[in-house]
Amino acid sequence: MGAFGFLKKKSEEFEENHNGDRGFLVFENTSEVIQAENLLKKKGWEIRVMGPPPEIRSGCDLVIEFPLIEELKITKVLQDAGIPPLQVVPVNSPLLEPVNLFQIKDFGRYLMVQAANMKLTVEKESLTIVNISGGGCPDVPYLAEQMIGKGLKDAPSPREIGHTLCGYALQLAYEEMKRRCLP
Amino acid sequence: MLAIVGTVPQLEFPVAAARTSLRNGDLCLQERKIPIKRGTPALLAAAIQTLITLGRNEPFGYLVGDVGSGEGSQKLYQYLAQEMKETSFQTVIFHYLQPHIGWHSRILSILQKKDPKPILIADAGFMYVAKMSGRSSAYDLFTPDLGELAFLADELAPHPFYTRGFLLYEENRVPDLIARAYQHGNAARYLLVKGKRDYVANKDGIQAIVDSPMEEAMEAIGGTGDTLTGILGALVDSGMELGRAAILAARVNRLAGHHAKPSPGTQVGEIIQHIPKALEEALKGQEEVDGRP
Repeated sequence: MGAFGFLKKKSEEFEENHNGDRGFLVFENTSEVIQAENLLKKKGWEIRVMGPPPEIRSGCDLVIEFPLIEELKITKVLQDAGIPPLQVVPVNSPLLEPVNLFQIKDFGRYLMVQAANMKLTVEKESLTIVNISGGGCPDVPYLAEQMIGKGLKDAPSPREIGHTLCGYALQLAYEEMKRRCLP
Repeated sequence: MLAIVGTVPQLEFPVAAARTSLRNGDLCLQERKIPIKRGTPALLAAAIQTLITLGRNEPFGYLVGDVGSGEGSQKLYQYLAQEMKETSFQTVIFHYLQPHIGWHSRILSILQKKDPKPILIADAGFMYVAKMSGRSSAYDLFTPDLGELAFLADELAPHPFYTRGFLLYEENRVPDLIARAYQHGNAARYLLVKGKRDYVANKDGIQAIVDSPMEEAMEAIGGTGDTLTGILGALVDSGMELGRAAILAARVNRLAGHHAKPSPGTQVGEIIQHIPKALEEALKGQEEVDGRP
């Protein structure tokens, strides 16, 4: 190892972003934080309760740190339990907001809606979901298998059967498609 | 030899590691048959078709079932942390795995200690976690689509879902987004940006654009990015230089799509079967270009 090899190694370690895959759940009051903590721990998620960063200006003086990629599943579990979070933000950049832009592509017989990294395509006449593309989380192939070939009205929603942020993006595309195609 | 690491959308599928093959339209690993719809099975199928056409052995697959909870990915990470110490793959592709920074660091650390270090390609969830953890530059190649390129270019975003709006969706901003991704250390040595036009880039900027044949429907077809990465990995493993392999892979994927006469309702399995013919055509075209005075 050269004279600066050790320093290089330390520097590389320092640069690693250890919290980049974590998010904060923000709640109205500490009672909800405690309930949510118990529920999520019981279901096996790696979480911890901590003080909020200064950028978060809503909620109480405790937040729950959680695996951000599983935002869709975790928020659904909390909603079903009657303790929905006020806000969900990435740990490293609490001011970031989810994508709220859609891209629409009209192929004539087919319509495609894109939200973030996820694309959903339906055949306009039958309103059948014919394709799902994009995304990189492991629930995407599963969601595609469950939704493709089904009608827009009858397909299970990504919110019900998905887990991840890719599933969340697909949910947004699905809602936008329904808004555009269903009466 | 090429190794491909990823998931299949089946809850009960255990960790499995073996050479893969294609049989009657299914992907086979050990005694298991896996339907080829999209995701890692589509990537593997494309790699197999490419390698067989080149007269080489099929890739080794590390697979586990995961439908999004991350439990399967966790088991595979644990397995890899032991198994990868003993392997000597020339090229490794990491694909649909649940992003987890701690596990990513352990696996990357094992691979970086190898001599020679394998060529590392990341796509899908593993590309996300490489960027999340600030370790993109440890990789040789990423294969983002346009939305994922915007995520790589956004130094704050932890996932494409949180990419800031001003970076999204403008094809004419691709050169800026590529430059921004490299500026913040969030790109691999090479990028193959897949989309209406495919861009091959490195830190010096765009090196090539591949835009024909153009089939608009390909954008809607799930798995066409996976096939591109599979073809690319196979070409790289055959000894081709990364930049050249990326250009050729983009051409082959487009030709295979073109031969399938796709609509937005086409499924990727219909495209994969055209890869051998597309590869032969693209190689022939390349010979003609190379031999041009």
